[in-house]
Amino acid sequence: MSRVLLLFAHPDLEKSRANRKLVERARGVSGVTFHDLYEAYPDFDVDVKREQALLLAHDTVVLQHPFYWYQAPALVKQWEDLVLEHGWAYGTGGTALRGKRLVSAVTTGGGEAAYRAEGHNRFTVRQLLAPIEQTARLCGMDYPPPFVVHGTHRLDAEGIARAAGEYALFLTALRDDRVDFETARELPRVNADLAGVLRPEPVASGGGDAR
Amino acid sequence: MHGEGFFSQAFVYLTAAVVSVPVAKRLGLGSVLGYLLAGIAIGPFGLHLVGEEGQDVMRFAEFGVVMMLFLVGLELEPTLLWRLRGPVLGLGGLQVAATTAVVAGFALALGMPGREALAVGLVLSMSSTAIVLQSLAEKGLLKTAAGQSSFAVLLFQDLAVIPILALFPLLGRPGASLGEAGHAPTWVAGLPAWGETLLVLAVVGAVVLGARFLLRPVFRAIAATHLRELFTAAALLLVIGIALLMTRVGLSPALGTFLAGVVLATSEYRHELESDVEPFKGLLLGLFFIAVGASIDFGLVASQPARIAALVALVLVAKGAVLFLLARAFRLGTDQALTFAFALPQVGEFAFVLLSYALQQAVLGSEATGPLVAVVALTMAATPLLMAFGERVVLPRVGTRKKEEREADRIDERSPVIVAGFGRFGSTVGRLLKANGVAATVLDNDSDRVEVLRRLGLKVFYGDATRHDLLHAAGADAARLLVLALDSPEKNLALVETARQHFPHLRILARAADWSDAHALVEAGVENVYRETLDSSLRLGVDALRLVGFRGYRAGRAARTFLRHDEESVRTLAKLRGDRARYFSVARGRIEELEHALLADLEDAADTRDLGWDAESLREEALKSDLGRPAAGPTE
Repeated sequence: MSRVLLLFAHPDLEKSRANRKLVERARGVSGVTFHDLYEAYPDFDVDVKREQALLLAHDTVVLQHPFYWYQAPALVKQWEDLVLEHGWAYGTGGTALRGKRLVSAVTTGGGEAAYRAEGHNRFTVRQLLAPIEQTARLCGMDYPPPFVVHGTHRLDAEGIARAAGEYALFLTALRDDRVDFETARELPRVNADLAGVLRPEPVASGGGDAR
Repeated sequence: MHGEGFFSQAFVYLTAAVVSVPVAKRLGLGSVLGYLLAGIAIGPFGLHLVGEEGQDVMRFAEFGVVMMLFLVGLELEPTLLWRLRGPVLGLGGLQVAATTAVVAGFALALGMPGREALAVGLVLSMSSTAIVLQSLAEKGLLKTAAGQSSFAVLLFQDLAVIPILALFPLLGRPGASLGEAGHAPTWVAGLPAWGETLLVLAVVGAVVLGARFLLRPVFRAIAATHLRELFTAAALLLVIGIALLMTRVGLSPALGTFLAGVVLATSEYRHELESDVEPFKGLLLGLFFIAVGASIDFGLVASQPARIAALVALVLVAKGAVLFLLARAFRLGTDQALTFAFALPQVGEFAFVLLSYALQQAVLGSEATGPLVAVVALTMAATPLLMAFGERVVLPRVGTRKKEEREADRIDERSPVIVAGFGRFGSTVGRLLKANGVAATVLDNDSDRVEVLRRLGLKVFYGDATRHDLLHAAGADAARLLVLALDSPEKNLALVETARQHFPHLRILARAADWSDAHALVEAGVENVYRETLDSSLRLGVDALRLVGFRGYRAGRAARTFLRHDEESVRTLAKLRGDRARYFSVARGRIEELEHALLADLEDAADTRDLGWDAESLREEALKSDLGRPAAGPTE
């Protein structure tokens, strides 16, 4: 079992289609701690002590947000700046997060074809997430390929529901340590071939949570 | 009735009421039956505590009926009436007409003269508003189609009482009247017919115009004295005055007060008037029902039990059948039609009023009203049993029991927020809510402000918000939040008490004057407490910090951090306060609290540094190791 913390950031959830559905399904997965950053800190005054305690109490952190100008919304940056303190998360004595895992879960309005070297966004989502990936690495955290829902502008209700269902499966598998990260590492995004990445229900595993 | 005699009488009546009504309510019989039982208990066939003077009490208590009609008028929101016009006029009108016809037909068949048969039909067509609405509300059926239809029918019956009262003198045996008109000399006695009509029209016109244009400034002036009892006195004076006036011109006092009520229904003093007159009405009506109970002739019932039982059964079946057929004609499903038919077949409290009036006007003789009073009371007593029978025995067998077709809440479009107090504080709250599309119901007890706000088109009610009946009128049952923004901390606290007691589901957000006030509210169990000067003094503090050189973002963050710590210490100190505070004067207490606050600030100072943005440790590390700083750290 892995203790999963879902950090969620969306400044305009009222108007979101995809994220609302994803959140709805994610909250239905028991054993996952849901933490809505924009609801908790509408004035951007992140409670550092509380956030650090939350991080310490979990093994896997899922950071879910929409893609705004190729990045997370502003509060995520504020959260990083304040919570990942020198001497706590990195630097001398900064080992609090070592051995934990950070997984990005991102929605983009544009389709997957646009996020390619030859597409009009010129970079893949994985490439654009480099700052977060490197932040995780510096803190000693594992950073597998992200869970990406592309093309939300064009998705109909059915498509969104399907993506949300996959997300719930993925979170459940994260919780139960059933994600084959070795296979996943070959993929551009973990849900490019979810069936190939998720191990079937239980084969009682001894190789526990923290690597 | 004076001196000791009066007090011992009052003692008997009040004891009977206080004992019987709670027992009756416990048994699920409702307060009307409780009063009737009380009357039976103290009457000639019970403990024999009241006898002949019961008739005097009855005459006095009839004034409760006048007040009831005043309140019916007051509660008659024209918009509600207009929205329900179809069911009220159609279903309600047909129910009264058809029931009257059927019952009068039976009465004729039993050998009653035509006029009396018609009177009996009209009397028995009434149902019991008090019993039915209460039972339906208890069962949560008010919003169903059956509940809405019942409401419409009862509303029509309430209205129909007025013309029926006006009709009875015409049905009377000429010259035999011993009614109210016989007591007082009337102004119309010596006038020719045309003069009489003219005078009546003039008086009715005067009542309507007076209520419309004269009463509002008068009430405003009275309200401005801030003496509650004066307002109550004025309300009673109004009702009694109109009743007297109407009697003088030979009209029904109930009609006059009803008219005044309708005219005042749209005024901002409606709720205040309602809550002032209500207790008097309640007491007098209770007295009336007790008197009715005492006058039930059990000798008669005992002498011919079969006949009475047959009449009760006949009335219930005939009314129930009419109700069911009408409901089907108005396209209610079988379930709903049955619920409706089992809810309304009893005869109501208005029947007692009409019967005693009929007796006065010599429309019916006591040989007819005696058994009828017993029959009416018995049908009322049967209602809870009938409804249970319908619900548990008939419906499960006949009904289709598909999902209840809820007719969208046509009446209860009430707002989720009640704002008590619309002064400097509450008005800002109300405006913010309104700007974001949340309609708040506002209660305020400053008559001048109410005037102004109403002129600006806001929905503001005048009255003392700490009275639970006013809260009830403002829709506290359906609301979710109660914002306490009254000027007086004592009033706010009192309102917390009232709300907790009567509307425990309401989430309370309270304005507090200062620390000790906030403590009191926290102690009273309020979670959301807002000290009224805190946010503005902090904003001033932020500007002061900026003017001495702090950058804007830093100053703002400092203020928010300060606010959070301060809020925490209010809660911590509320616990500390306990007994100690009682020994200090208020001023000493405040200074002590300030001391605590200042000490707490010193302790918290370390927490307020944002270490994540602080590069000091990074610089030390860089200088020591000479490896340069990690790429991710903040740059200066």
